[in-house]
Amino acid sequence: MSELSTLLPILWGGFCTTLAIFGLTLLFSIPLGLLIAVLKMSKWRVVRYPVSFYISVMRGTPLLLQIVAIYFGSYYLSEYAGVDFSFDRFPAVIVAFSINYAAYFAEIFRGGIQSISKGQYEAAYMLGMTRTQTFFRIILPQVVKRVVPASANEVITLVKDTSLAQVIAVTELFALAKKQQAAYASIYPLFVAGVFYYVANLLLSVLFAYVERKLNYYK
Amino acid sequence: MENMNESAPILKVEHVKKSFGDLHVLKDISFDLKAGEVLSIIGPSGSGKSTLLRCLTQLETVDGGLVQVDGKDMVVPGVSAKGPAVKYAPAKTLREIRLSTGLVFQNFNLFPHLTVLQNLCLAPVRVLGDERKDARAKGQFLLKRMGLEGKEKAYPCELSGGQQQRVSIARALAMNPKILFFDEPTSALDPELTGEVLKIIKKLAEDKMTMVIVTHEMAFARDVADKVIFMDGGVIVEQGTPDHVFRKSGNERLAQFLSRFTNA
Repeated sequence: MSELSTLLPILWGGFCTTLAIFGLTLLFSIPLGLLIAVLKMSKWRVVRYPVSFYISVMRGTPLLLQIVAIYFGSYYLSEYAGVDFSFDRFPAVIVAFSINYAAYFAEIFRGGIQSISKGQYEAAYMLGMTRTQTFFRIILPQVVKRVVPASANEVITLVKDTSLAQVIAVTELFALAKKQQAAYASIYPLFVAGVFYYVANLLLSVLFAYVERKLNYYK
Repeated sequence: MENMNESAPILKVEHVKKSFGDLHVLKDISFDLKAGEVLSIIGPSGSGKSTLLRCLTQLETVDGGLVQVDGKDMVVPGVSAKGPAVKYAPAKTLREIRLSTGLVFQNFNLFPHLTVLQNLCLAPVRVLGDERKDARAKGQFLLKRMGLEGKEKAYPCELSGGQQQRVSIARALAMNPKILFFDEPTSALDPELTGEVLKIIKKLAEDKMTMVIVTHEMAFARDVADKVIFMDGGVIVEQGTPDHVFRKSGNERLAQFLSRFTNA
């Protein structure tokens, strides 16, 4: 048990980094995803096609690769362009996660937006509401309800995906646990890390179930 | 419903045409309606009734002809490089016209995430700029008129179809429209609930609300209307007073259509 008392503070530190990646990714990827969803439904091909390409690349290549590409790619690109710029490790992770998750969220949101019947738009139109009013007051509130279950999936996956940040040596929970595994010569630290992930997701599941129930006030 | 010029129609439709690709849905539609009058549009499915209503409410655009609402040109004939075309009014005018017309949909299209009262208050507050307090008072008044007292806080999904349709009528009325359009308002309702909605529309007719009603309820069309239009194949086959259309017209297509309704 004395092992645990030294192990826990170390892992807790890593878990805080994990939480930071998790929170910041959600903060950026959800609004960005909504924007991308709207752009993907644009009537202009010049907008739609690049956005479709972006989504297909984000979903079609490993997140691991994207993290590496953002981190090292930004370094080589700035070198090439002769400007002094490169991402630090942590911001690189946040950028990679945000643009990757935004692509997934965008598809979920698009599905949600397109599932709203044409009649809702027509009713709002006949009442003289502007497109912006219609979107934010009529469509979006209904979309939120419809996308919660699918978004919950993504959010829970995100908790586990944060472990990919170790590829550019960001010391999140899993990276630290692995280091301790070597130090202890035991898989015990990994097991404890697993408990951290599991409990975090358990709490999220409860939260999402609650949100779904709350949004169930109408059909 | 006051009208300064008694003889000027509040709705004027001349030679309106509408096609979807090669399908000519409206071929040459002309009629007009005075303020305070009720017009029923009847006809078989696919005759173009609903399309006509959607054109008049700007949910569809016309390909030819003229539509005038409350003295304002909504669309007038024009020319383009390809030949005859139409010229729509500027967006501002179209919006003014839209605000002077209300539409009651076949499937209600209430906003499911809002309560009944919120459904009624949203547009008056956000679009007309009414005070929230006034909008609520007006909403309460309209609900009472619709026989829906006490349903303010209900969500649409908690109401019967007939109640939902009455809410949607109230929602349209909350915008003080000069003309109220109905697109088969009872077609999604079972016969029991149809009656309560028709009763409300009749009441509005007694209050001299100008209405255009597309309906399959023949007895209702006959009783409530000042004027009836029978459409078939994208043209107006017969129009006139209910007495004329339902009894005196010798038109064969009309007689054939009406014979399918034993209650007419």
